[in-house]
Amino acid sequence: MKIYLPRDAAAKALGADDVATALQVEAAHHGVTVDLVRNGSRGMVWLEPLIEVVQNGARLAFGPMTVADVPGLFGDLAAHPKALGPTDDLPWMKAQTRLTFARVGVIDPLSLDDYRAHGGLTGLAKALGMGSEAIVAEVTASGLRGRGGAGFPTGIKWKTVAGAKADRKYIVCNADEGDSGTFADRMLMEGDPFTLIEGMIIAGVAVGATKGYVYLRSEYPDAIEVMTEAVVLARAAGILGKSVLGSGPAFDMEIRTGAGAYVCGEETSLLNSLEGKRGVVRAKPPLPALEGFLGKPTVVNNVISLATVPAIFEMGAAFYKGFGLGRSLGTIPLQIAGNVARGGLFECAFGLSLTQIIDEIAGGTASGRPVKAVQVGGPLGAYFPRAMFHLPFGYEEYASADGLIGHAGIVVFDDSADMLKQARFAMEFCAIESCGKCTPCRIGAVRGVETIDRIARGDTAAIPLLTDLCQTMKAGSLCALGGFTPYPVMSALTHFPDDFSPMKEAAE
Amino acid sequence: MSPVPVNLSDLMTEILADHRDLEGSLLPILHAVQAAWGYVPQEALPIIAHDLNITRAEVHGVISFYHDFREEPAGRHVVKLCRAEACQSMGADRVAGHAQRRLGVDWHGTTADGAVTLEPVFCLGLCACAPAALIDGRVVGRVDEARFDALVAEIGVGVMA
Repeated sequence: MKIYLPRDAAAKALGADDVATALQVEAAHHGVTVDLVRNGSRGMVWLEPLIEVVQNGARLAFGPMTVADVPGLFGDLAAHPKALGPTDDLPWMKAQTRLTFARVGVIDPLSLDDYRAHGGLTGLAKALGMGSEAIVAEVTASGLRGRGGAGFPTGIKWKTVAGAKADRKYIVCNADEGDSGTFADRMLMEGDPFTLIEGMIIAGVAVGATKGYVYLRSEYPDAIEVMTEAVVLARAAGILGKSVLGSGPAFDMEIRTGAGAYVCGEETSLLNSLEGKRGVVRAKPPLPALEGFLGKPTVVNNVISLATVPAIFEMGAAFYKGFGLGRSLGTIPLQIAGNVARGGLFECAFGLSLTQIIDEIAGGTASGRPVKAVQVGGPLGAYFPRAMFHLPFGYEEYASADGLIGHAGIVVFDDSADMLKQARFAMEFCAIESCGKCTPCRIGAVRGVETIDRIARGDTAAIPLLTDLCQTMKAGSLCALGGFTPYPVMSALTHFPDDFSPMKEAAE
Repeated sequence: MSPVPVNLSDLMTEILADHRDLEGSLLPILHAVQAAWGYVPQEALPIIAHDLNITRAEVHGVISFYHDFREEPAGRHVVKLCRAEACQSMGADRVAGHAQRRLGVDWHGTTADGAVTLEPVFCLGLCACAPAALIDGRVVGRVDEARFDALVAEIGVGVMA
């Protein structure tokens, strides 16, 4: 009896390990041998822990499972109260275009045989036959842009590093996924770690780098465990080491753990942290592509950008580019979170509206109350009211509406949310996490909290002051932390003015 | 790893030797010290500084920059509650208030009996099953007040009335 049960942190957080134990006990009781695979998550978090039982070659889903639901798996499966039918036929799965996440939840994350059987290493093998220039050209042609949120064309970044002359170059994967509402990096690393390794090797071959680092946040203990083991396995199999796949150039990598600083998700701060320093932001130029880790040319890419590269080589740049809209090409793993009935990871072409994402895919709020606001792109992203839900999901489309898609995290709030409180939190968070290098961020965030407190006390004269402060932070900060904190603050103020009005208290 | 030496100087010798070949080794060293010793004791700073040929002030600067590093021991259990937006949308502020009252501590505080340290954390990547918590490294989702009480009872903590 072959059974899949995720080892993904979200599944564990909802009791997957207890279900696994119950499964073994019950199997022993029935004298049945269970081949239990701890896979990644399919991304349907509201159904976790989601068990899949293989029957006649099909994977049948059951969830959300509790320990009490386990004995029923050893009886009539069709009659099981948590039976959902074949996983591939579930509406959430059928509606997606899974390219980056094709293997996540499908394979055993730490089985190289499984990885190969599902197309793993095909992209790398192709890339090795192409040579540096052709690899960079292919990535450029795919239209892939930085999935961390900045949206910089990946191919152009690689070209800069490839053209730089140096004795050493580096590939650094930014796995410091600190934005609230995002978990795509975590799910990818826990569910298909070899894809990230493969993407980093291709990047290394393309630019002439022989060493890679994954800077992985300490808040992700499960991802650290899986990635660390995957690197050991890849090294033992000759995928990493003196000669990639036995014929390519040298490439090896290390997993490094962050230490709880949000600002280290900013690439120059990350590089300082990786060098063993305070995670203080560096002024640009010089670009990390020319003077990055230890002053050497360095590619810094997000997990999803790098993990998408193998799929681009496997299927071709033209195929990948066929999805999306405008200058936002390919697919984007949406992370639907917060107060939603059906939350999780949904990979699709760019271009969906928030109406489609929240009302149709996510099924509205978990609380059943009306949606009040949606924050897209993490703590530095704007809060959108329902009137703006028609916006198509894309880099330029969101930027032109004074927002950002960021790392594609979508956090839904119902009508109990107080937008003044959310704006205050944005400033408070910036104050806590500021690296302290530039004044608009370090001092501005503290003054921002104070100014919002004045507004909360009914001092409307503080509103223009807050607007002015936000302009200073936006224009004068060194990095996105101070520079983008005005997005949640100003969007809350602009789209939800009632929450900032002295009438609010009177009404209450 | 070999058994943890009880003597700090032996521990430091071992950790520094293990990290000798790493580029940018300070964070991995500090993580290793904290994992073995529970916190980064002041006495470790000059040893690290000497080994890496940097000043003691630079080591202190790095330790104080990052939320993860402690300069004093934590309680026997560390409970981290997520304070970020996705968790807020599902009542994290309310749960945090409850946790602080039940344990009788503020953020970063340790209960008088030394059993629990309560820490805020900004995102555990469990945003679709919020509010989230990390208890001694174990992830927990959908933490409401009742679940919180059950969790602290599980780790054998008598909560304040």
